[in-house]
Amino acid sequence: MVNVKLNDVCFSYPGADILHNVTFSIGPGQMTGLIGPNGSGKSTLIKCIDTILKPKGSILLNGKDILTMERVALARSIGLVPQNGTSAMDSTVFETVLMGRRPHSAWRISEEDIHKVADALERLGIGNLAMRDFSHLSGGQKQMVLLARAICQEPDVLLLDEPTSALDIRHQLEVLEIVNHLVKERNMSAIIALHDLNLGARYTDSMVILREGKIFSAGKPDELYTPDMIEEVYGVIAEVISVHGKPHVVPIRPAEYGHYIFAESLQNERNMEIPA
Amino acid sequence: MNQQSRRKKTIDSPTSDIQSAYNQYHSKKILFLITVTIGILLLAGIAASFGSYDLTLVQAYTTIAAGIFPWMGLPESVAHTIIWEIRLPRIAMAIVSGASLGVAGAILQGVLRNPLAEPFTLGISSASAMGASLAIIGGIKYFGQYSVVMNAFFSAFLATMVIYSIAKSKGMTPEAIILAGIAIMFLLDAVTSFMQYLGTAEQVQAVVFWMMGSVSVANWETVFIVFCIAIISIPYLIYKASDLTIIGAGDETAYSLGIHVETVRMRTLIFAALLTASVTAFCGIIGFVGLVSPHITRMVIGGDNRYVIPGSALVGGILLLGADTVARTILAPIILPVGIMTALVGVPFFMFLFMRKRKELW
Repeated sequence: MVNVKLNDVCFSYPGADILHNVTFSIGPGQMTGLIGPNGSGKSTLIKCIDTILKPKGSILLNGKDILTMERVALARSIGLVPQNGTSAMDSTVFETVLMGRRPHSAWRISEEDIHKVADALERLGIGNLAMRDFSHLSGGQKQMVLLARAICQEPDVLLLDEPTSALDIRHQLEVLEIVNHLVKERNMSAIIALHDLNLGARYTDSMVILREGKIFSAGKPDELYTPDMIEEVYGVIAEVISVHGKPHVVPIRPAEYGHYIFAESLQNERNMEIPA
Repeated sequence: MNQQSRRKKTIDSPTSDIQSAYNQYHSKKILFLITVTIGILLLAGIAASFGSYDLTLVQAYTTIAAGIFPWMGLPESVAHTIIWEIRLPRIAMAIVSGASLGVAGAILQGVLRNPLAEPFTLGISSASAMGASLAIIGGIKYFGQYSVVMNAFFSAFLATMVIYSIAKSKGMTPEAIILAGIAIMFLLDAVTSFMQYLGTAEQVQAVVFWMMGSVSVANWETVFIVFCIAIISIPYLIYKASDLTIIGAGDETAYSLGIHVETVRMRTLIFAALLTASVTAFCGIIGFVGLVSPHITRMVIGGDNRYVIPGSALVGGILLLGADTVARTILAPIILPVGIMTALVGVPFFMFLFMRKRKELW
């Protein structure tokens, strides 16, 4: 049973504050979505939770501050699927996934490690790629390989930074189905940064909406998704309809509202400048 | 379902197919290492038989064996003296130096994630050249007959420390290390050129010859020193090989997988510099080996540094031994500088592999 709790997490690069007092928690068997516009701090927050970046505040994993944990111990507990993964030069898919065993194994690769890698590849349906060069794969295949690597890491918490951004709709569903299944099966926690609001609504148990590094709102997708929220966070007019019991965001083209009316309403309501 | 059919199902499962494919791939790597080791032993015998005093291959091997196994009772001979006092130290120096440069290249390319990185990218060769020039032209003789060697070694190591300090202030990123190395390289090259400008014709000739690289200074004493540094450094680097492979996938990935990236990068760089400095101090500047040995190895066995590092050592050893053997026999009795031959021998071989493999370098 794993519990992740973020308390007043702040992060700044020199001259730029990125995250401000981010506080939320997630429990076991839960998928939490991070959504927000570009530059809202989603990827930075993911890196802070994995301590790649050192934030202020505290991040507790089962009550223990991860900022004080040993690097290897943390790697056994938290797995990351990066947004744009690369691998070492001339590495095969198998070798790339085998890297996920690094927190658990010593120099020598055991039969168990090999079996777990093969199992993860087979489970994601990419066993046929095992001996292919990682650099020769498509973006979607690479994403699957990086997910397999994180699975091999056997973490309690899975962090996914826009894992579906390079995928077609079928692979988007495939990846999220697999993650969802893993989270429920292994009682893991997953934090997943997403741009696709509708996929987020379908697959996550809860949502954290970020805007300019702050939590705009948090809760269940069907409570959060409203036309006002979309407009305030993204500056986009949208309708929110229900599809199979889940909220579904339908953005409205400015032309469909009439460009002038759209721009004028934005100027009046939010005191924004009308672009020339 | 009986036990036999259940077992058959396990063996035929897709998972076991993947495992057996990986095991085959792994066996290929081991086979490569064994093949190159045998190649070095064969080439060492051939190299020992070549020279102004003609020996057959059998005589060469018998004489080498007699030295290693004295109880065989073979009589002392002229051949024994020639092989054990003149040719074998040179052969051993070529193998150990090539291995050191090959490993240093593999480390630098991996840790800096740059296919063009080699022992001299960081300005280590320039520092050695500057140190040697200082000893030859500046007349520094604090270390007696080893003044050139020691000056070259300490200059190389000092330059590494300076590069390290500059890069550390910028977070030890590959870009910071390469930029610091290139800046130091240009600075030291300018100092060397200035000293050559001031030197006499004889001094400049001595510096230029030293910079061309040669294993002719080899005797058992110098071989022992280079060997000691290699035998300390290479096992440590092989021990860190898995971490280096993961660092090749990116700092964030490595960090996320539990690796202290900066510490590993710092330590492996220091050992790579130590290997390079020890070779350049005794043999001068021998280019190309450090650059291509890791590439040749990776083209054949892939990018797992647990095999790339020993593979680069073996390929570096065989490449430098081959180049030196050609250098001292092709225009005999004139002995060409090995630094020239490494490129002349290595480039065609490298291009052959490169064209045949038709893979992207990285």
